[in-house]
Amino acid sequence: MVKKLRYTNALAVLLMVAGLSAPALAGSEDVVVENAWSRASIGVNRPGAAYMTVRNTGEDAVTLTGLATPLAMMPEIHESKTNSDGVSSMVPAGEITIEPGQSVALEPGGLHAMLMKLQEPMTEGETFPLTLTFSNGGEVTVEVPILGIAARGPEG
Amino acid sequence: MQRRQLVLYGAAGAGFLGLTLFVGWWRVDGPGAPEPKGQRPLPLSAMEFRLTDHEENEVGPGNLIGRPTMVFFGFTYCPDVCPTTLSDISGWLEELGDEASEMNVVFITVDPERDTVEAMAEYVGYFHPVIRGWTGPEDQIARAAEGFRASFERVPTEGGGYTMNHTASVFLFDAEGELVTMIDYHEPREFAVPKIRRALTEDVEGAT
Ligand SMILES: [Cu+2]
Repeated sequence: MVKKLRYTNALAVLLMVAGLSAPALAGSEDVVVENAWSRASIGVNRPGAAYMTVRNTGEDAVTLTGLATPLAMMPEIHESKTNSDGVSSMVPAGEITIEPGQSVALEPGGLHAMLMKLQEPMTEGETFPLTLTFSNGGEVTVEVPILGIAARGPEG
Repeated sequence: MQRRQLVLYGAAGAGFLGLTLFVGWWRVDGPGAPEPKGQRPLPLSAMEFRLTDHEENEVGPGNLIGRPTMVFFGFTYCPDVCPTTLSDISGWLEELGDEASEMNVVFITVDPERDTVEAMAEYVGYFHPVIRGWTGPEDQIARAAEGFRASFERVPTEGGGYTMNHTASVFLFDAEGELVTMIDYHEPREFAVPKIRRALTEDVEGAT
């Protein structure tokens, strides 16, 4: 399943909904989110994770600064790392800059959208909206499909 | 006299140098070399711990001897690495087909506070049916980790909760409980499945 959302379209929808005035959009009109997916959760106590590819098709670098979703009170971009002893750990990834023409992959075992404090269980077959916020005030919202707990990728 | 002393010193020096080189070799490359950090796990027969599986059975390393075994550590509140490892393993087991049922595959939690027997039962139920979930008192988990030379550590998170850092490698043992090899986290299937086949066949060939 491929989800593509033009940055401008997403923003237009968002602005319509929120009735906001247009923020400055210097050079980041073309952020495309592809192959978003997540795994179902057991209840709401365990954090969830979502994965996707964020592509910058514009002329200027964009910096991904944060996430928002009605599904989780504390969504945050994390990075899993495995050291030379084979010990894995997870840390907040901070801001992620994507150069023009480049993309960043959020994928298992690396960067992921960590969904902490779930407001409701993540149910297989459903979707949830996830908004990516950028340093210039721009936003992209993508509908993330929820696959099975044992899913290995966007195809399941 | 002076010259003789020089020769003696020279000989002693050469001998000393040779010894130093030998000791150096012994320690660095030879049999005296320290195990690399994250040392080699013990044979299963040399481990000692008592845990409970997700069906309330008392289990320990002895239960794993007699069949090839795959073991890994994790916790069910782990959103990324653990479900990924479990689904990778499920994929490997699917590829092995019938051979998978000849193996012990065990997921040992490093978070017994949250991973009760019931939690483990629910969680492993979503993955390949061969996978068993083991939990138990913290001291027994620590003993198990020690045997596998695995490590784990509780790390507080900003939300007031905690997460666990832990060894993410998969350990493979032959039917006699000797370590065959380890599968590193995220190793591609084309490498992992042949490694598992090696563990499956090692006992057949009588090699230990
Ligand atoms: Cu995370």
